[in-house]
Amino acid sequence: MAECHPVGFQWVMEAKARGATVVHVDPRFTRTSALADLHVPLRAGSDIAFLGGLVRHVLENELYFRDYVVAYTNAATVLRDDLQLPDDLTGVFSGYDPDSGTYDTATWQYQGQGAAPGTEGGAVESQSPQDRESMVSERERGAGHELGNRGASLESTVVDRDETLQHPRCVLQVLRRHFARYTPEMVEEVCGVDRERFLAVADAITRNSGRERTTAFCYAVGWTQHSMGVQYIRTAAILQLLLGNMGRPGGGIMALRGHASIQGSTDIPTLFNLLPGYLPMPKADVGDLDGYLASLSSQGQKGYWTQAPAYVVSLLKAWWGDAATADNDWGFDLLPRTNGDHGTYQTVMDMLDGTVEGYFLLGQNPAVGSAHGRMQRLGMARLKWLVVRDLNLIESATFWKDGPEVATGELRPEDIDTEVFFFPAATHVEKAGTFTQTQRLVQWRHKAVDPPGDARPELHFFFHLGRLLKQAVAGSADSRDRPLQAVTWDYPVAGHHEEPDADAVLREINGYDLTTGELLSSFGQMRDDGTTAGGCWIYTGVYADGVNQAARRRSWREQGGPHLAREWGWAWPADRRILYNRASADPEGRPWSERKALVWWDERAGRWTGHDVPDFPLTTAPSYRPEPGADGPEGLAGDDPFVMQADGKGWLYAPKGVLDGPLPTHYEPHESPVRNPLYGQQASPTRKVYAREDNPSNPSVTEPGGDVFPYVFTTYRLTEHHTAGGMSRWVPYLAELQPEFFCEVSPELARERGLENLGWATIVTARTAVEARVLVTDRVAPLRMGGRTVHQIGLPYHWGVGGDAYVTGDAANDLVGLSLDPNVLIQECKAATCDIRPGRRPTGPELLRFVEGYRRRAGVTPETGNALRTEGR
Amino acid sequence: MSGSWYGPVDPAPDAGWQAPPPRVGFFTDTSICIGCKACEVACKEWNAVPDDGFEMLGSSYDNSGALGASTWRHVMFIEQSPSSDVLSRTADSALSAGRAAPGTDSTAVDLGMPSTTLPGEAPGGERTDFRWLMASNVCKHCTHAGCLDVCPTGALFRTEFGTVVVQDDICNGCGYCVAGCPFGVIDRRIGQKGETKNAGIAQKCTLCYDRLKDDLVPACAKACPTTSIQFGELDELRERAQARVEQLHERGVTSARLYGEDEGDGVGGAGAFFLLLDEPEVYGLPPDPVVTTRDLPTMWWRAGAAAALMLAGAVSAFVGRRP
Repeated sequence: MAECHPVGFQWVMEAKARGATVVHVDPRFTRTSALADLHVPLRAGSDIAFLGGLVRHVLENELYFRDYVVAYTNAATVLRDDLQLPDDLTGVFSGYDPDSGTYDTATWQYQGQGAAPGTEGGAVESQSPQDRESMVSERERGAGHELGNRGASLESTVVDRDETLQHPRCVLQVLRRHFARYTPEMVEEVCGVDRERFLAVADAITRNSGRERTTAFCYAVGWTQHSMGVQYIRTAAILQLLLGNMGRPGGGIMALRGHASIQGSTDIPTLFNLLPGYLPMPKADVGDLDGYLASLSSQGQKGYWTQAPAYVVSLLKAWWGDAATADNDWGFDLLPRTNGDHGTYQTVMDMLDGTVEGYFLLGQNPAVGSAHGRMQRLGMARLKWLVVRDLNLIESATFWKDGPEVATGELRPEDIDTEVFFFPAATHVEKAGTFTQTQRLVQWRHKAVDPPGDARPELHFFFHLGRLLKQAVAGSADSRDRPLQAVTWDYPVAGHHEEPDADAVLREINGYDLTTGELLSSFGQMRDDGTTAGGCWIYTGVYADGVNQAARRRSWREQGGPHLAREWGWAWPADRRILYNRASADPEGRPWSERKALVWWDERAGRWTGHDVPDFPLTTAPSYRPEPGADGPEGLAGDDPFVMQADGKGWLYAPKGVLDGPLPTHYEPHESPVRNPLYGQQASPTRKVYAREDNPSNPSVTEPGGDVFPYVFTTYRLTEHHTAGGMSRWVPYLAELQPEFFCEVSPELARERGLENLGWATIVTARTAVEARVLVTDRVAPLRMGGRTVHQIGLPYHWGVGGDAYVTGDAANDLVGLSLDPNVLIQECKAATCDIRPGRRPTGPELLRFVEGYRRRAGVTPETGNALRTEGR
Repeated sequence: MSGSWYGPVDPAPDAGWQAPPPRVGFFTDTSICIGCKACEVACKEWNAVPDDGFEMLGSSYDNSGALGASTWRHVMFIEQSPSSDVLSRTADSALSAGRAAPGTDSTAVDLGMPSTTLPGEAPGGERTDFRWLMASNVCKHCTHAGCLDVCPTGALFRTEFGTVVVQDDICNGCGYCVAGCPFGVIDRRIGQKGETKNAGIAQKCTLCYDRLKDDLVPACAKACPTTSIQFGELDELRERAQARVEQLHERGVTSARLYGEDEGDGVGGAGAFFLLLDEPEVYGLPPDPVVTTRDLPTMWWRAGAAAALMLAGAVSAFVGRRP
């Protein structure tokens, strides 16, 4: 965190000054480790085993927050008797289909769902098995994204519960069985973390959790960029729920984002599978609006997601304006449809296969920053046109003339038909708008200076592009031009450059009451009858009372302390700073402790109150129990704090929504030098793999040739640079601070491979080879795991070949191949295998022969490493 | 002309300023430095200091090397080898005691020098924790500044804030100040005249003299995310620093010590002083810096005495001549 989020890290230092214990778990000893109380190096790609070990420690030693767990999680919920765990099935859950690599989730469901309450055993109403088409569709569209702000919907929330937690099939007992084998000894064998250190962490987090204390987890892409990225976070969520650290001050799981508004770019998404506010993108077969709405939530489910029709219709009114009427389903048919995976990596493969012709790159440098850089560049070389908007002439705009493939002779500039349009972009200080950060805090930026020369804000570019496109199709009778003709595009412009007003866009996002023209103050005011419009329902209220709430900048010093600082910016939804904060009070509505008081039930006033905006129906008393059949907000009992979950409970166990298993399970990365010590199943059986000639995988240790790539490498960022370098390698003051691509290796590995500090090393995978300067350091430690040693190599990924930056170098991401998490289609680039040898790499066509030699030696074919189900040991 | 050569003194009045503002300076608390180098960048950005070359040094994460004409803030990275067993105790005891901060009462001074054993090769083959010390170095703005004392052109001067600043339009590039600094801070900028700004001119931290005149905090302190670099009135900073050392000592970080805050030291106390977690030598700082001109009065006196003696001898040679 100190390494990549130094400004945010000031608060960690602040907490430390007040006595907090800081534990840092990372393969390397980083600037964060230097300031932490305890650094725990572990093998890249083994975090589920580490966290699973902590879960087991908490369960076996009865260290969970029992009152919290019983009341607020699904620990007591009883599961079906035909659920089978990886223990039973050599590494997979029941419902696995080896042909498609998907799960039928029927057996994962709660016992008695759809049946009368209290019935047991025989009354199980078997849910109809999912058809394979829908399973594959979920996988293709990265359906996990659709759950970005809520849990999956359930057929019914009438479930069997055993609040003694003794039922052998209640979630807590299933959890206990599943994690039983994640012992400290197993953690040592899988992660390379010795028992003492593991127990020190276990002790630190359990002692610091409970009524009086809370523990927070912070993570970044070191957790997400794996073939099981979602399950990494799930394991942390299970731990935090068991310890009672969710919905409470000082608790939670904090995703540290890689850029200033990555949170904002999923809320109002740049993702192919989402509409604003985590509404799913309609699929080709979704039918009409009613069919779409029916797919969003089911009858009888609890919570606020049942109001989705109002959010959808308000969005359609915001986009299509008067063209959206009750008669035409509010213009639902004008929305595009998806028919599969259109994610960033699939798109690149589609470029290579000739089905994608044009590409926009906005502040993104895939030639350097995306996994499998070579595939990225070769794909872009097949485009008809490419628009690059960036601060500098990045490698993604220049790869066609001096990229690595030009050097090897694979690309010749004169053969590339791609027309590249480069537009200089304004920086964040040269334009107004908002950033949304990881706490969902929307913060308004004022423009400080005009952008230089031809540089323009993104808003300017898209507004005028849209305006010109609308002009171009104004007279068209072609039905495919209807959306462009219908879309509202009336933002006021000002100044010489006809700059559109960002404030007007924020107002549209907030939403209006169309009958009065007044700005909405909360999403509760949204209607599904076309009388309200709003661009993103979770942002409604950012303009509450006609005031730009995101522009509030009252320092916490003026607000009586840093507690919540509620008068700084605005947090979605409803300016709520801590989600699910009903859980900060006990089932009776009293704070768990004075020290950790956040919201509570005011008996006399008959409403919830406190320091934060209560995340609960304001007047639903703690003792309230819904009538059978009640749904929506009225369906929530007074002790159902997780208001966006279909059953109002925190999910220790996910009966639905997670495509790769209801519980996290340690599998090895797609490429690994270690045989999975926990199960016969080596790697995730549901990961997405691409058996293509241009995407070869290194064989893992379980396959022939695995010894050719014996080392683990992981990629990361340095404080001195920003991602693919577009904002730092062109700035001399930053470029000089880390001028060259380097690899970090332990003295032991240096000795083993003859590497010298400041010398050169060549790092090789089945994709390519790169050269880097060597930094030999004690900060990288070899790991001892079950009698063997695993060496890890650290590779910062900021440099690229070609272009006119102050500093250049080989790109670490060129080493990475494509294998993805099935939930959200994130690439696995934080753990893979390689070989390393001293000296510089061959250049020109010689490099291709060099890598081909490696592939031959390892026997690599397109199928290598891509078998999903591997039972054998 | 007023001006002391040695000992505790308030330098601005001593230099002749009438009713100057209180002396200001930096307290750099290296125990909370995260090595982000924001200070280096902010300094260059504000003061328009050119880049210092794009060369990797292979010395931990330090690619700036040292303070110089084009590096006025320099973050040092010291990887201390795990050979000393006190270091491994640090992490464990820090956690069990639930307290903060790396640091320990090390007796042996590890300079990070080459040794006969490879790094990581600890006795018994077990790897142990180690420390990664980070510290942002800067001109000390000495009470008795050698650079200023020896400057023949008056380019270096004492400001009303008690700081020491080079006037680049007066400096003739003679380089006397370079040898005059006991810390090796000031240097002449390398480069071609006409191509590089102030090529050949002696350059160093001005403590953002221009910002001070506008009541602004110096750029590096403003940019520091963890308040490792603290700017303020020197008297107040010294109190704060003393309290911080005591706090760290209470938490068991007995290696914490101040460097450069003592008015009785060889430079009369520094305007920019530090909290270190090990011996100054570990950070490449002189343990007992002495202003190079300290002995100047004595030297003048001795030279005078010698001259007088010689004169006396010469005279006596004539006076004492036999008739």
